[in-house]
Amino acid sequence: MKKSLKLLSIIAIATVISCGGNDKKKEESSYGKKAPVKTEKKVAASQRIELSNKGVGPITSVTLAAEIDQDMANHGMEVYNKMCTACHKADKKFIGPAPKGILERRAPEWVMNMILNPEGMVKEDPLAKDLLMEFNGAPMANQGLTEEDARAVLEYFRTLK
Amino acid sequence: MKKILKSTLAIVAVFAAFTSCNNSGKSSNSGALSSNNAEKVYVAPGEHDSHYAFISGGYSGNLTVYGLPSGRMFKEIPVFSQFPTNGYGYSEETKPMLETSYGFVPWDDSHHPDISQTKGKLDGRWIFINGNNTPRIARISLTTFETEEIIEVPNSAGNHSSSFITENTEYVVAGTRFSVPIPQKDIAIKDYKGNFKGALSFISVDPEHGHMDIKFQVLMPGFNYDLSHPGRGKSHGWFFFTTYNTEEANSLLEVNASQNDKDFIAAINWKKIEEYVNNGGGTMMPANYAHNVYDDNTHTATSTMKKEVRVVNPSEVPGAVYLIPTPKSPHGCDVDPSGEYIVGNGKLSANLTVHSFTKMLDAIKNEKFAGDAYGIPILNFEDVLAGSVEQPGLGPLHTEFDGKGNAYTTFFISSEVVKWKLGTWEVIDRKPTYYSVGHLTIPGGNSAEPFGKYMFAMNKITKDRYLPTGPEMEHSAQLYDISGDKMELLLDFPTHGEPHYAAAIPAEIIKNNSRKIFKLTENEHPKKALSDADTKVVRDGKNVHIYMTMIRSHFSPDNIEGVKVGDKVFFHITNLEQDFDVPHGFAMIGARNAELLIAPGQTRTLTWEPEKVGVWPFYCTDFCSALHQEMQGYVRVSPASSDIELSWSLGE
Repeated sequence: MKKSLKLLSIIAIATVISCGGNDKKKEESSYGKKAPVKTEKKVAASQRIELSNKGVGPITSVTLAAEIDQDMANHGMEVYNKMCTACHKADKKFIGPAPKGILERRAPEWVMNMILNPEGMVKEDPLAKDLLMEFNGAPMANQGLTEEDARAVLEYFRTLK
Repeated sequence: MKKILKSTLAIVAVFAAFTSCNNSGKSSNSGALSSNNAEKVYVAPGEHDSHYAFISGGYSGNLTVYGLPSGRMFKEIPVFSQFPTNGYGYSEETKPMLETSYGFVPWDDSHHPDISQTKGKLDGRWIFINGNNTPRIARISLTTFETEEIIEVPNSAGNHSSSFITENTEYVVAGTRFSVPIPQKDIAIKDYKGNFKGALSFISVDPEHGHMDIKFQVLMPGFNYDLSHPGRGKSHGWFFFTTYNTEEANSLLEVNASQNDKDFIAAINWKKIEEYVNNGGGTMMPANYAHNVYDDNTHTATSTMKKEVRVVNPSEVPGAVYLIPTPKSPHGCDVDPSGEYIVGNGKLSANLTVHSFTKMLDAIKNEKFAGDAYGIPILNFEDVLAGSVEQPGLGPLHTEFDGKGNAYTTFFISSEVVKWKLGTWEVIDRKPTYYSVGHLTIPGGNSAEPFGKYMFAMNKITKDRYLPTGPEMEHSAQLYDISGDKMELLLDFPTHGEPHYAAAIPAEIIKNNSRKIFKLTENEHPKKALSDADTKVVRDGKNVHIYMTMIRSHFSPDNIEGVKVGDKVFFHITNLEQDFDVPHGFAMIGARNAELLIAPGQTRTLTWEPEKVGVWPFYCTDFCSALHQEMQGYVRVSPASSDIELSWSLGE
C-alpha cells in the first residue's frame, strides 16, 4: 500500500508537471493562435516576394543553371500533370496558386520544400501558413514525390513564363 | 496558488480512488486489481501495443484486429461478409470476392485464423481464415490488411476443421464437419451410414504470391471432422484431425453421437499422399467451385469457376492414414511446439488425453493394430498414449503452448483455463474465465516458437462483465499474463461478433510492412483516371461511365448532366492522394448499395440506377480536410425521353 501510495504521488506529481509542460507547448504551437494584428495593409501571401526564404524541409540548397535543362523540364511537366493538376493550373489560380512566375517570388528551395514537406511547411514556415489561410484552408497534399521528381517539377516551372 | 490547490485536490482524489480500488480488490476474486496489473495493460496515448491479435468474427464473417496488451480494436477486416463501412462486397471491384458455386453469398461464419509460417515460425505474410457455412478459405494480406483471395471448397459441408497451416505454409488445410454424399445425390437421409463421406482438403499455397489451389482431397469415412492441427518439427508431414460421431448417426447427434467410449484422431501422412499425387495418383472428379482473386494493381477481384478436383481414397495409399482412439468426442486437436505431443481435448471426458508421435510411429512400424474402419488401420489407445492430465476440469476444448514446456487448456463447462506441464501431466495452475470459455490464444501458441508472455481466453457468455446492452451483448475476452508460474488476469475486453479462434503475433514482425498508400504509378485499373485530363463521362447504351478523381477537397467532375432515368451509372473514382491515411468516401443519394471508401491511389466503382428526375447530390463521407463539407457534387437526371447531351465540368 505504502509503495503504491508513493507510486501514485509520483504519478500525480508527474501529471501536474506534464500538464504544465503542455500549457507551455500550446503557447509555442501555431494551432489556435491568432495571427498578430498588423496595422499596415498586408500584401496577399501569394503576391509577396520572399526570395531569401528557403522554407522548412529536406532542401537546403539548389543551384539553377543559366540554361533550362529541357529534358528535365519535360520530365517535370509529366510529373506535374500526373500529380499536381488536380489542384493547380499552370497559369491561373485554382484550388492552389498558379506556378507560373513562381521563381520571381520564391526561392527554388522554398518551392521544393513546399512540394516535399507540405505538412511541415504549413506548421513552421510563416509564408506557407499565410498561404494556407489565403487559399481557404485547402491543404497542399503531400503527393510523395522523390527529390529528383520535385527538382524536375521546379525545372518545368522555369519554363512557365 | 489556485493551481497548487487544484493539484493537491487532484492528488487527494487519486489517493481516494486508489484506496477504494484496493478495498474492492480484496473482496474480488479476480485477483487483477493491483496497480501492477493496471500498468501491464496501460498503453499510453500515442504509444503502440506490443502485439497484434487477429480475432475471428464468427457470425460476422469477418476478422477483427486488436492490440495487446491494451485490448483496443484497430480494424475490422471484411472477409466473407458485405461491409457497407467501406463498400466491400458492394463495389464492382470487390463483388467477385463473394461469388460461390451457389451464386453471390454475402455472409459466412468465420472461425479459425492462422498466420503463415516459415520453418514453423510465424512469418507474418498472410493470415488465413475459414468460412464455415458455405465452405471457403480466405487469405488476407498482412501488408494491406485486405482479403486477397477466397477459394471455395467442394465436397465439404461445415468447413470447421480449418484453416490450419503446415510449418512452411505448404498447405492450408480445410476439413469438413458434416459428412455428405460425394458427389452430392438425392438419397434417403437414413442411408447416411457407409454412404456419406468426409473430405479433408489440402490446399497448396504458392510461396511467392500466396495463391491457393486445391492439391487433393482425402475422402474419409462419414464421421464429423471437428478440428485439426499440423505436425511440426519431428511430426512435420503429418496432419491430425479430431473426429466425433464415429457412430455415423444422422439424427439427434446430441445423444446418438455420444455413444462410443472413444472416437478417433485421424493421422494423415500428407507428404506420402502428396508424393502419390505428384506421381499421377488420385482421381480427377467433376466439381464446381469458385476461386476469387483480388489484384492490388488493378484494385479488382476476378472470380473463376473451377471444374474439377483431385480426390484420393485412403485405401489407395497404404500407410498414409491411421486412426488413434481418443476418449469421448474430442474437440480441439493441438500439437505441442516440438511436434511430439498431440492433445485430444475429449469434451465429454474426465481426463485430457495426450498422444505420442514417437509411439504412434512405433505402433505403425510394428503393425500393432486394433482393427480397422473402412479399411483404415486403428491403433491401440494404450500403445500411442503419452499420458493423461487427470481430472483437470470439465469440458476441455482447446490447448495452446507457451514454448516453456507448459500447456494451457480451456474448460468450457467449468469456465477456466488450466495450466499443466508437458511430460509430467501435472496441473500447475488454474484461473477462472468469465464465462464459458471457448478457444484461447497465445501469440505463436500453435507454432514451433510460441511467444509465451500473454494468453487470452475468448468466452461464449458475457452476462455481467460489462454495462448491459439489451439481450444481446458482445462476447468477452480475458487477457492473462503467463510470464510467471501462475497466470494473472490482467484485463477484460469486448470482442466483435462471436470470436472462435484468434492468431496473435509480435507487432514488430508485421508493422513495418504495413502498406501506407497505393502508388498511382502502379494503378492498372482499366477505368482509372490519374489526372484531370483523364476525367470524362461516356455513354454506352443505357450504361453511363463516369471517370472521376478525388483529392482534398473536390471531385472532378462535380457537375454532371445528361444522365437519364433508366440509365445505369457507374462512378469509377480514383483517389489521387499519395499521403498516408487520406482516404475519401463517396456516397450517392438513393444508391441501393453502400458508400465507397477509397484508399490513396485506389480506384473503386459504385453503381447507381437513378429512378427519379431531378438534381441529385453526392458527397465525400470521410472527413478529409477543413473543406470536407465542401466536397460534393450534383448529377442532373432528366426524363428517359430527354435529348440533353452528356456534359461534365468542375469549377465552371
